[in-house]
Amino acid sequence: MNPVSAVMRRELRSYFVTPVAYLFLVIFLVLSGILTFYAGDFYERGQADLQPFFVMHPWLYLILVPAITMRMWAEEAKSGTLELLLTLPLTLWQAMLGKFLAAWLFIALALVLTFPLWVTVNYLGAPDNGVILVGYLGSWLMAGTFIAIGACMSALTRSQVVAFILTALVCVLLILAGQPQVMDFFHGTLPRQLVNAAAHLSMLRHFQAIARGVLDLRDVLYFLLSMMGWLIAGVLLLDLKRTR
Amino acid sequence: MIETEQLSRRYGKLTAVDALSIRVEPGQVLGLLGPNGAGKSTAMRMIAGFLVPTSGTARVCGHDVGREPLLAKRLLGYLPEGAPSYGEMTVREFLQFIVRMRGLKPEVAYRRFDEVVQRLELEEVLELGIDTLSKGLRRRVGLAQAIVHDPPVLVLDEPTDGLDPNQKHAVRQLIDAMARERTILISTHLLEEVHALCNRVVIIARGRLLADATPAELERRSRYHGAVSFSASGSGMSQEMLGRLPQVAAIEVDALDGRITVFPKPGERILEAVEMLLRKQGIEVAEIQLERGRLDEVFRQITTEGGDVDAMAEVRT
Repeated sequence: MNPVSAVMRRELRSYFVTPVAYLFLVIFLVLSGILTFYAGDFYERGQADLQPFFVMHPWLYLILVPAITMRMWAEEAKSGTLELLLTLPLTLWQAMLGKFLAAWLFIALALVLTFPLWVTVNYLGAPDNGVILVGYLGSWLMAGTFIAIGACMSALTRSQVVAFILTALVCVLLILAGQPQVMDFFHGTLPRQLVNAAAHLSMLRHFQAIARGVLDLRDVLYFLLSMMGWLIAGVLLLDLKRTR
Repeated sequence: MIETEQLSRRYGKLTAVDALSIRVEPGQVLGLLGPNGAGKSTAMRMIAGFLVPTSGTARVCGHDVGREPLLAKRLLGYLPEGAPSYGEMTVREFLQFIVRMRGLKPEVAYRRFDEVVQRLELEEVLELGIDTLSKGLRRRVGLAQAIVHDPPVLVLDEPTDGLDPNQKHAVRQLIDAMARERTILISTHLLEEVHALCNRVVIIARGRLLADATPAELERRSRYHGAVSFSASGSGMSQEMLGRLPQVAAIEVDALDGRITVFPKPGERILEAVEMLLRKQGIEVAEIQLERGRLDEVFRQITTEGGDVDAMAEVRT
């Protein structure tokens, strides 16, 4: 069997052996439900769509994804299994990809398990299911970027706590980068081009476009390239550790 | 075959392995010996491809570990220090994971899996979580992991650490049985293990190669090599007589049990002379022994480079 899928399967299994996976799923489902109905004014808006649901996702991922990814490499480094894994016949890339795919598939499962909301909104009205599907896709792409960031941060340190904090920090910066308040703050001090460029890195901007049902290739590319960039950085970090 | 050429590794200012060149051929079991922190594990990590050397190269069956890591790793079975494994998995899951990673074909995989489980006596713990196992069992799981793909080259970092005497014996038998066509490099700080397992010994300290010899050659370097020791009653008289023998260099008496050790002059054989003298004197000897040489003493002598070797030897003996 291909080493990528072997690593992925091992990783996925390890989620479900420990309570992490169940805890994550329960918290994700409960919070996404509560936030959609209470904070998102699901009923009061009077529209049959899942906008209030998707809007909450960046914030949910901000807390929950680092919890999933923090152990990815940090734990292996700490317990010594990193030495075992990296002396098996696979490349660093394959190992990274296997771990990343495991986490990404796990998030896909979490998203699939939110189907009662989709059922509800279809029962209450006649939503555009194409838009909803695109919204799910956008959410999954964004989660992938969060995971790639987490994978990189976890490769950086042996401490899971440090990995968690760094991941959350980078993610919150990327979410907020394009917010008007942040933009206004920096417009006074930094060159206009720089601030605008930073705004383009904003995850929220790209996600919101997709979540509204507009599947623009540029937004999709933004997420795919970010994932690749962070994963490459993670692999380089792991490689650097072998020489230092 | 394992070859290292001027293999070096520095951590900042500290040189963990310093221009180590060794060559292990098929059929050899090379024991890497050294005090704690001598660089044994670092050297093995570089051979296994986990650490990148600061300079120099390591080759496994002719494949440069740095340039062709996958080819080298496929031919290598490696037991890292402390035998790490995924604690949350059961023994079965863990070994199946390794089998998958090794890319064994299904029919080979099943056979090898059963063979390894049987050889390391893991049948009864297959369904247990590795976290719940004793240290000795975990070590055996680590060994199983290292040999499951039947590699031509084995690098084992302290394979018997934490095992009880019976398990140690079993593991040594296992290594012995595999030794014939394979290249095996083990590290250890147990000198008895060198006797039991290795046909060659490399001693390193502070990252440097200090000795490369067979166990017997090392023993010959010992002060005790060819010495005769015995315990007898009323030996005050005999001591003086023994000292007059032309082949005898020195005599020592153990303060605790009164055992007498007679050291020969270089190249001399003294057993017969000592025995004859004792018989002539009518001294009753409970038991007499020709010493082969003491590895621990040679080890200390080599790794401490002179220093207080004799003083330390006194403390131990």
